Amino acid sequence: MVTLASLELIEVRKAYGAATVLDGVSLSMQAGEFLAFLGPSGSGKSTLLRVIAGLETVDGGEVRLGGRRIDQLPPGDRGVAMVFQHYALYPHMSVRDNMAFGLRNAGVAKGEIGRRVLDAARVLEIEPELDRKPAQLSGGQRQRVAIGRAIVKQPQLFLLDEPLSNLDAALRMRTRVQLAELRNRVDAAFIMVTHDQAEAMTLADRVAVIHDRRIQQVGPPMEIYARPANVWVARFVGSPAMNVAPVELLDGESDSASVRLGDGSQVDTRVPRAGLAGAGPLQIGLRAESVRVTGAGAGTTDARVELVERLGDRTLVYARLSDGQALTGEDRGASRVQAGDIVGLRIEGAAAHLFAPDGSGRHPVESTTA
Amino acid sequence: MNAQGRRNLLQAAPFIGPFLLLYVGLLIYPLLDGLTLSFHRADPFGGRAFAGLENYARLASDPVFGQALGNTFKYAVVVVPVLTAITLALALALNKPGRTASVFRGLFFSSAVLSVTIITLIWRFVLTPDAGLLAEVWEAAGREPVPFLSHPDLALLAVAVATIWWSIGLPMMLFLAGLQQIPEDIFEAAALDRANRWTTFRRITLPSLRRTAVLVVMLQTAAQLQLFGQAQLLTAGGPGGASRPVVLFIYETAFTRWELGYASALAQVLFVLILAVTLLQFRAGTSRREP
Repeated sequence: MVTLASLELIEVRKAYGAATVLDGVSLSMQAGEFLAFLGPSGSGKSTLLRVIAGLETVDGGEVRLGGRRIDQLPPGDRGVAMVFQHYALYPHMSVRDNMAFGLRNAGVAKGEIGRRVLDAARVLEIEPELDRKPAQLSGGQRQRVAIGRAIVKQPQLFLLDEPLSNLDAALRMRTRVQLAELRNRVDAAFIMVTHDQAEAMTLADRVAVIHDRRIQQVGPPMEIYARPANVWVARFVGSPAMNVAPVELLDGESDSASVRLGDGSQVDTRVPRAGLAGAGPLQIGLRAESVRVTGAGAGTTDARVELVERLGDRTLVYARLSDGQALTGEDRGASRVQAGDIVGLRIEGAAAHLFAPDGSGRHPVESTTA
Repeated sequence: MNAQGRRNLLQAAPFIGPFLLLYVGLLIYPLLDGLTLSFHRADPFGGRAFAGLENYARLASDPVFGQALGNTFKYAVVVVPVLTAITLALALALNKPGRTASVFRGLFFSSAVLSVTIITLIWRFVLTPDAGLLAEVWEAAGREPVPFLSHPDLALLAVAVATIWWSIGLPMMLFLAGLQQIPEDIFEAAALDRANRWTTFRRITLPSLRRTAVLVVMLQTAAQLQLFGQAQLLTAGGPGGASRPVVLFIYETAFTRWELGYASALAQVLFVLILAVTLLQFRAGTSRREP
């Protein structure tokens, strides 16, 4: 990969009055990289995008793009283009004028404008719509015009604010594919804000999980899933949320930690023991797929079933251990388990994560997901 | 279906009835009565004789009516564009959050709640040549005070200025409402599209306010063509009819010369004129939509 950094955030801070919304956010993007800002609403992910676009000022830190400091520049001079969540098309302008507006303001030659608009329209299949007004277009077409308006500017960086949230399910899948294609065609970096982890996971090279005014973790999607940096990321990424339960570290000779759950059952993890002893209370992290439902007495421990969710290909079983600890397990699609049953849970210790008292994640030496 | 419809109507009658009665009694009937009256010679003491089109023939060649009609259009031509421009500018300046802007919005709107009597009193204090506000200023500058209210070229303008001052509130509020309807994100998109302030105003704000502007112009034209109180109280239409609008002429005809038939004919003509102008504006304001 080329090592030229495309976007760099250095200790970016932003506050509205006394309320800090971004607290020392640092990030470095590779050229041509597709990055997703993933986080719940109110996490500051949209604010961060708007800071990069120049729609919000920074209260501290630097934003650099292609080596140039841009946080003091007006939005139009930053070399970024944005696709707004609600498209923000100019309602009284034709599709053609919507796309050409920015280029005219930038003083691009007329012929060049026409060529770029036509190229973009052709690629996005909105050529027949060029002379229509936004109100005459369907939601999907408007979305494509909004993308077209960004493409014609040939920016160094595309900023996409929840680009798929206003589309119905079928259109969302198609647009997701289109975005992936677009990304392959243009020589630019992408940042997409989303609260939908499936979008983030499928489109992005790396995901920045944002929560509580900070970036909690940045990494490739599978790494975030397999090696979450802390309890919050572990529970936010993946569905259903990862089981997290308090455990007690057992004494032992082995390099890997063995722990005991609240109901007394033992789990042998592959997480290195080093540094865990004496640190304080630990928590275990178990994805539902590593808690398999078996017959009563046949697993690591027994539990009472409280709720069964049948998803077709698999069944999620929400159960409670004898000490009251809730644990979500998985069974095959044709499961006959019912609420109120006593079942066995076979916990795959090799896939278990441990969380230190400060919440930071410790992961098995050999990742079971590959 | 038919019986059902009749039952619905019966049930609706008590609700619509009272309003309908008032509407017919106070609006439709006088309108029609005025129309018939315009074909009669009539006075308020019961005298009424059919006169055919006589009243209409008379007004067509009445120089006083001609002058009043000319004045009325002058009022509209002066007041409407200036008022629209001023209220748009005010709305743009005051369309921001914060206490200062809201205080000023209130101040500029406050003139709209005053009655025409108060308005003319205030402007009398300003314009009157003996000890008026402007007269003092003129005299302090060592110049002869200007008799705004009795100068043939200035009386109409004086009334127009008072009218503008009085009418600022509503159009400003309409423009403010229009501005707040424009979604914030298209201004952000424009900022990313390198639009400067002027381009943003001309290409984004102004086109978005088009419907509001058409509404303001239509409402104000219809209102100014009916200008009456300010002219009567400030200048009494003088000097020599130089500031007399049509409605004042109608009023004088009906209630000082007691010619009700002729006054009705004048009123019918004004009604048709206002209707025609408003419709024309509506057509012009909406026809340049998408093809």
